[in-house]
Amino acid sequence: MNGYNFAYLDEQTKRMIRRAILKAIAIPGHQVPFASREMPLPYGWGTGGIQVTASILGSHDVLKVIDQGADDTTNAVSIRRFFARTAGVRTTTRTEDATVIQTRHRIPETTLTARQILVYQVPQPEPLYRLEPSRAEGRRMHGLAEYGAMHVKLYEDIARYGQVAISYDYPVMVNHRYLTSPSPIPAFDNPKLHRMPALQLFGAGREKRIYAIPPYTDVRSLDFEDHPFRPHRAQAACALCGARGSYLDEVIIDDRGGRMFVCSDTDYCAGRRAAGHVGTEGAAA
Amino acid sequence: MAYVAVKGGEQAIAAAHAWRAEARRGDPAVSKLEPAQIEGQLGRAVERVMAEGSLYDRGLAALAIAQAEGDLIEAAFLLRAYRTTLPRFGVSLPLDTTAMAIQRRISAVFKDLPGGQVLGPTTDYTHRLIDFALPAQDLPPAAPMAEPDPAPMPRVADLLAAEGLIRPDPADAGEPADLTRAPPALPLPRAARLQGLARGDEGFLLGMGYSTQRGYGGSHPFAGEIRMGAVSVEIIPDELGFAIDIGDVVLTECQMVNQFHGTKTEPARFTTGYGLAFGQADRRAMSMALVDRALQAGDLGEDVTAPAQDAEFVLSHADNIEATGFVEHLKLPHYVDFQSEIEAVRRLHAQARAHAEAEAAE
Repeated sequence: MNGYNFAYLDEQTKRMIRRAILKAIAIPGHQVPFASREMPLPYGWGTGGIQVTASILGSHDVLKVIDQGADDTTNAVSIRRFFARTAGVRTTTRTEDATVIQTRHRIPETTLTARQILVYQVPQPEPLYRLEPSRAEGRRMHGLAEYGAMHVKLYEDIARYGQVAISYDYPVMVNHRYLTSPSPIPAFDNPKLHRMPALQLFGAGREKRIYAIPPYTDVRSLDFEDHPFRPHRAQAACALCGARGSYLDEVIIDDRGGRMFVCSDTDYCAGRRAAGHVGTEGAAA
Repeated sequence: MAYVAVKGGEQAIAAAHAWRAEARRGDPAVSKLEPAQIEGQLGRAVERVMAEGSLYDRGLAALAIAQAEGDLIEAAFLLRAYRTTLPRFGVSLPLDTTAMAIQRRISAVFKDLPGGQVLGPTTDYTHRLIDFALPAQDLPPAAPMAEPDPAPMPRVADLLAAEGLIRPDPADAGEPADLTRAPPALPLPRAARLQGLARGDEGFLLGMGYSTQRGYGGSHPFAGEIRMGAVSVEIIPDELGFAIDIGDVVLTECQMVNQFHGTKTEPARFTTGYGLAFGQADRRAMSMALVDRALQAGDLGEDVTAPAQDAEFVLSHADNIEATGFVEHLKLPHYVDFQSEIEAVRRLHAQARAHAEAEAAE
């Protein structure tokens, strides 16, 4: 785009962000402060993810952007257009074809590979903030690996509800050391974090933090021996492609309680339909 | 019913933006609002947008206000997003506000003082009655003019400091902190706090400052001085090695004089709070000075009990660009997370039902 550098940010800023990324990779799960820039998109709408993507994007990269698992949600469209405009990179909706995937709230169903990078948009990088709102105090707790408060919170959930009542943004231990927010992905996606071949980068623009999960890193969802972590999904099959193992969105179809379930990952669903899978409401693609 | 996928986001966005542009123009029979009119006639809005946008450029701020249809936070956001792309080529010398070309200078702590009280162009002491004649009036009657007083106008805080009655501000050596170029490391030094306040939301600063007056971290403030006028900005370019004047900025500076502190060995001295704002902005500068003083509680050994004294709380929530983005992001789709919550609630219902049935069967 005329008057702006490749991928919007100037090279000094990209270098600063890349340094933060390298440090984040060196200390898996640790939140690295960075001098987050004001972006032309609002805070809370992906400024952290956008800055990370802008800093790692090269002219040969192929970018995919998803929000809620879908390529066609309005904010995903807006961010994809932003990079098509400022970096002129190729974009795709096919998970397999992308080299960089920026995501909000989901991990693609398709297993990612070592040649891909997954960039998460993170609203609240501090997993302890509901228990300890002071970030200065939170930082100290991370330094001492003082995570008892989070275990107590899980225990209280079990005492009150019979199960852990966190259904998304479910806290994880990265590399057996740092308690980390996986961003608000459904707990269903948490197992995919563990030993993922792709590099996972997390950008929080408003909170000015970057963290990372390097490829093949151990990631354990917090639990207890007698209450092991269990991912959940709606007990249904996708109405379009019949998938029984994917995360489903619920769609209300009338005002008499009618509803149907469809894959949240639109590319995965389309791929299955192209391969001939059909659900109860779907026509083969 | 067949499922209609929510497709076509791209066309929908383009159409929505086209509609917005049409709405912005308003009734085509009414002449278009020019940025020059905004710059000249909505000066207070321009100055607020410059302050919260952290960029002193009246013309650009006026254009942003026009583009944002008068939504001043949106206008400040436009200005910030532009500012972030500009290179920072230097740091100015500290501004010398004693050398200000004074338009307004008032002190609430002395009846008269060197340089006198100068009301300047103010709405203070007006009766807030809507002027129904204003639309029909083209030019107001000329305001009376006086010869500028050549007498120097020392700052009230400096007059008190000369007597040793004010706790001196520790000199800050080196380049000042810049929150836009380095991530804030808590606890923030005062220079960084002042920067955060200077670009903070005026309403937030006002509310925080007001809360200190109502007992939440009170510090017995007096408006030591409020002065407004143009101040020249000087930089020392590397290739020259001496200071050059690069232009003037109009500023409002407020120094609050607050409750004194002392010990048996150290004589009591007044403390101060400092406020500085682009343009004519008494409310903003005074609010900032109140909050700055409240945030010194920790440094001064006072109990930190009130919200306005908690630097992490105040500075993490003063920025309206950050705040509006995060509040408004709630309108982005969250159905993946909500789905997981629905499933969790349904599981809990099923569990409770099973429990009740088992009990009934017993």
